[in-house]
Amino acid sequence: MNSFTYARAIDVADAVRQGGEANSKYLGGGTNLVDLMRETLERPSSLVDVTGLSSAITEREDGSILIGAAAKNTAVAEHIAVRTRYPLVARAILAGASGQIRNMATVGGNLLQRTRCTYFYDEDGSRCNKRNPRQGCDAIEGFNRIHAILGASPACVATHPSDMCVAFAALEALVHVTSSEGVRTIAFGDLHLLPGDHPEVETTLKPGELITAVELPPLAFSQHSVYRKVRDRASYAFALVSVAAAMELDNGTVRDVRLALGGVAHKPWRALKLEASLKGQPATAESFLAAAEEELADAKPLAHNKFKVELAKRTIVAVLAELAGDIS
Amino acid sequence: MSININGSSIDLPSDTRVSLLDLLRDHLDLVGTKKGCNQGACGACTVLVDGERILSCLVLAVQYEGRSVTTIEGLSTEGELHPLQRAFIEHDGFQCGYCTPGQICSAVGMLREVKRGVPSNATGNLADGPITLTRDELCERMSGNLCRCGAYNGIVDAITEFAETAQ
Repeated sequence: MNSFTYARAIDVADAVRQGGEANSKYLGGGTNLVDLMRETLERPSSLVDVTGLSSAITEREDGSILIGAAAKNTAVAEHIAVRTRYPLVARAILAGASGQIRNMATVGGNLLQRTRCTYFYDEDGSRCNKRNPRQGCDAIEGFNRIHAILGASPACVATHPSDMCVAFAALEALVHVTSSEGVRTIAFGDLHLLPGDHPEVETTLKPGELITAVELPPLAFSQHSVYRKVRDRASYAFALVSVAAAMELDNGTVRDVRLALGGVAHKPWRALKLEASLKGQPATAESFLAAAEEELADAKPLAHNKFKVELAKRTIVAVLAELAGDIS
Repeated sequence: MSININGSSIDLPSDTRVSLLDLLRDHLDLVGTKKGCNQGACGACTVLVDGERILSCLVLAVQYEGRSVTTIEGLSTEGELHPLQRAFIEHDGFQCGYCTPGQICSAVGMLREVKRGVPSNATGNLADGPITLTRDELCERMSGNLCRCGAYNGIVDAITEFAETAQ
């Protein structure tokens, strides 16, 4: 680990002032960043601890919930309004990591956690365009069972590891950020990037920008929502495929639906094609499968992850069937 | 700059790179807390901070300035084993013992979470209030603590017995 200075931010203005300095990093719980620093994949010269900033979870008059970026995963999953109004968020968080890590990890940090691609971590033995731009990617021809099937590029096939973010993508959450230039709000779907030619650039945040809160907008049918995660063991493992979904039915017809996939792409994958195709259709296994087929039509599996295409379709159908049963 | 460890105020090291785990083991000789994977995958380094379980390998000691840390050494009082330690012995909740301090600290923190009503991935109805600590609930909540000896049955029995008697 390289040497670095450490300071706690006393407020957002203080954080942004310190975080605006070259090679500075904001520090949340540390569950990802400290590990990456130990692996020398991250080498900040200063850390600005932002865990003392807002961790409040507030129900607002417009029906939204504002979650301070310093809120711990456990606190969000435990909050009664999140549990009852946005069960897919609580479920996604509880499906992720372990009890210990959920007590440490923050919402802001969760959004910025980096891929668990083993080639990214293997600094001494593997090429990686994300770690060393234009070096090449050893995952594409390597053991790529856990890698992306949607939206990948010849430069990178890594996946985004978060569960929470999959639920946020389905809900069209809003990300509140602050920098020395002022404040702005980023639509969740615009925060993370597909790899393209620059997999080392993972978000649309500008240097020094600080995530201060995540807003869950009101959604009439968000209480009819679930998160299902398929992984190699029953608990404490990253997703092979996960599905966050909410659905509204009207007399056996899909009136509205939101769905996002995890474990399949460089960012949480909002299934817009599936959503468009399913609206107005009968809530049957046949229409769920047809919509899933449409969403996965563009999938480009690698040598070892063809199973993810079928797994994604089956998980989508199972989740939508569960929601249809739950609502009717 | 100080941190409270098992009731004693300790000066933090000037080197910001020292993890909480290395502070405990290498600086304070509190070697009960174990270094397994050193990357947050095994749970052997679990300690309690202000009563909440965390992984001491994944954080810098400086992040916990002003906080109170309890390690396995701090769970026993005046040479008396903590009742959960006794339950682990009674139920053969270990073979080699390397994961045991982490298992025990984790279980103490986990039971506080259950009491508080924190749901888990095994909780059926999220809107429901009190949590019943079924075997499924217990196993899901303890999934962050691995045991390479596979003493899981004894671990589950020990925690179950302690949870019942502590009620």
